[in-house]
Amino acid sequence: MTVRTAELLMAIMMGAFSIYLMSKSTELPIGWIEDEGPGGGSWPFWLATIMLLSCVGILFNWARKHGPIASSTKTYIEPHVLVDVASVAAALTVTVGLFSIVGIYGSLPLFLIFYLRFMGKHSWRLTASLAIIIPVVIFYFFEITLKIILPKGVTEPLFIPLYKIFL
Amino acid sequence: MLEILGLLGNGFLIVFEPLNLALIVGGCALGLFIGAMPGLGSVNGVAILLPLTFLVPPTGAIIFLAAIYYGAMYGGAISSIMLGIPGASTAVATTFDGRPLAKQGLADKALTGAAVASFVGGSISVILFTFFAPPLAHIALVFGAPEEFALMMLAFATFVGLGGDDIFKTIFSIAIGLVLSAIGFDIISGEPRLVLWDITGFLHGINFLVLAIGIYGIGEMLWTVEENSLAGGKSMLSEATVTVQRTMKNLRELVGTWKTLLMGSVLGYFVGILPAAGATPGSLMAYGIAKQISNEPEKFGQGAIEGVCAPEAANNAASTGSMLPMLTLGIPGSPTTAILLGGMVIWGLEPGPRLFTDHSEFVWGLIASLYAANLFAVIINIAFIPVFIQILKTPFTILAPIIFILCLIGGYAPTQDMHDVWLMLSFGIVGYLMRKLDYPLAPAVLAIVLGPLAEPALRQSLIISDGSFAIFFNRTYAGPIMIAAILLILLPLFKIGYDKIRNKQS
Repeated sequence: MTVRTAELLMAIMMGAFSIYLMSKSTELPIGWIEDEGPGGGSWPFWLATIMLLSCVGILFNWARKHGPIASSTKTYIEPHVLVDVASVAAALTVTVGLFSIVGIYGSLPLFLIFYLRFMGKHSWRLTASLAIIIPVVIFYFFEITLKIILPKGVTEPLFIPLYKIFL
Repeated sequence: MLEILGLLGNGFLIVFEPLNLALIVGGCALGLFIGAMPGLGSVNGVAILLPLTFLVPPTGAIIFLAAIYYGAMYGGAISSIMLGIPGASTAVATTFDGRPLAKQGLADKALTGAAVASFVGGSISVILFTFFAPPLAHIALVFGAPEEFALMMLAFATFVGLGGDDIFKTIFSIAIGLVLSAIGFDIISGEPRLVLWDITGFLHGINFLVLAIGIYGIGEMLWTVEENSLAGGKSMLSEATVTVQRTMKNLRELVGTWKTLLMGSVLGYFVGILPAAGATPGSLMAYGIAKQISNEPEKFGQGAIEGVCAPEAANNAASTGSMLPMLTLGIPGSPTTAILLGGMVIWGLEPGPRLFTDHSEFVWGLIASLYAANLFAVIINIAFIPVFIQILKTPFTILAPIIFILCLIGGYAPTQDMHDVWLMLSFGIVGYLMRKLDYPLAPAVLAIVLGPLAEPALRQSLIISDGSFAIFFNRTYAGPIMIAAILLILLPLFKIGYDKIRNKQS
């Protein structure tokens, strides 16, 4: 896909999102209410209208090939870059998905192993030590010092003894 | 005058509390590190680390984050000089002469020059700040809702008029940031508003940190993954010889650059005050002027030390300048200060001119901390040059997963809701895709911070005027500010017209 095609698709998607936001804003009054001032929906409605008009402007520039992006025939994301970026994005998505299932202390080591060993090609020794040390540091810093309880999923019961000691 | 010095003295008493002193030193060191890493700058550091500051009181938190901001301005120069890759966009101009110096084996000269210039820029600007801020805050005390709204319009207008990006994309970015900030509840009627796709997670609105960490954390890191992938993982680290004698000699040689330093500092400070301008254009402008006023302009680009000093003095001065409108008017002067402003709201402080009277400890503690941070940053920087060079050798594939993890937890911590982590991840990925198409994203972050302040200001103004927009034009302060904002928005149109006329004539 070229940068020019990507520009078109992005403008269309953002334009559609603007229309959705406009219609969603009308759930509250968008006009003037006597003794109350502007209705609750008016601020987002008019802003979403500005968003839509900007998208129309971007499409107008696209049609007349104005500017470096609208006239670019370069590849939007190079294939080998796409592999790297997409695998990182996918790994992050899987990691966040696993937060609620196996908990943060189950998913973070997996993410670290993936990144260090398979993206970074580091030794197993370094990978294993960081995959253990980093979650421990996170537990101490966030859960004990800051008292922010992070999601644990099914591993919750394992932490009850630790809560008793530290919290 | 005496009153200001008295208040500043109180500020220093706060700074010299052991916890705050430790936060300044820690913040400076961390900032230097963040600034030195290619791809990460002050805004990324402040966005990713803000959730960690819930541990300390607001004054300590802002002191820590300001020290990171400051340290990062110093640190950006390190990778500009050693790798030829700007550590942050604010240090782009530093590569022009810093890199040639490093290639000539004079990396230490460039690094010392950058550190001293940053110190001078920081010091001059913080003195200007100390004496400019209180009178400005005093004037702003009479500001009501119409003036507040006009000021915010002016902040957004600077992005359209001076940002230099595609105008439609800039306006889109501002508008989407403001709409995202409107999600949750209508502040006046109390009814749920814009609960997208009826997902209940949107009922508590979108925390600005979710967008900021999404864009400046996840999005920026994906961008760096791409750059690393394109570079094939190769890096070109220069060698640097650092000895006490050489450092002393370098310091002596810097005395001759005082004019450049002074120009860079004052210019940087005033450019920094403008929301859309800030440290990056400030440093580029300072570089250009330094070249013009130099006796040997042909040396620029070949390794002129003035070419390192001017942008480095300017970017530090600009970071102080950008705090002026944040503290006195409640309008951030840069994306980093936008995040600091959002932090102030989380800590329960109301940004705006009343901050100087209602929370004088907070304000003066911050100002005094800038003096201290400046001193610590220059000492840490010069003393640990060899350490920072070692740090630059750390492979990206070790740092990247750690930063990603900090982002994920940083997105979760403020609200402790998984919905926000998903949202942050989506913002990061979409932000990355949009950035590849040159959509400016800083205006969106500024807008999501200012949105919750702009909407009530607009609605209150319209209630006062019974629906007439004339209220923004017929008041002493609001009128000129609003007209300036409109002129700025129209500036690109004037430019197009001017170019057309000139083309016809030629």
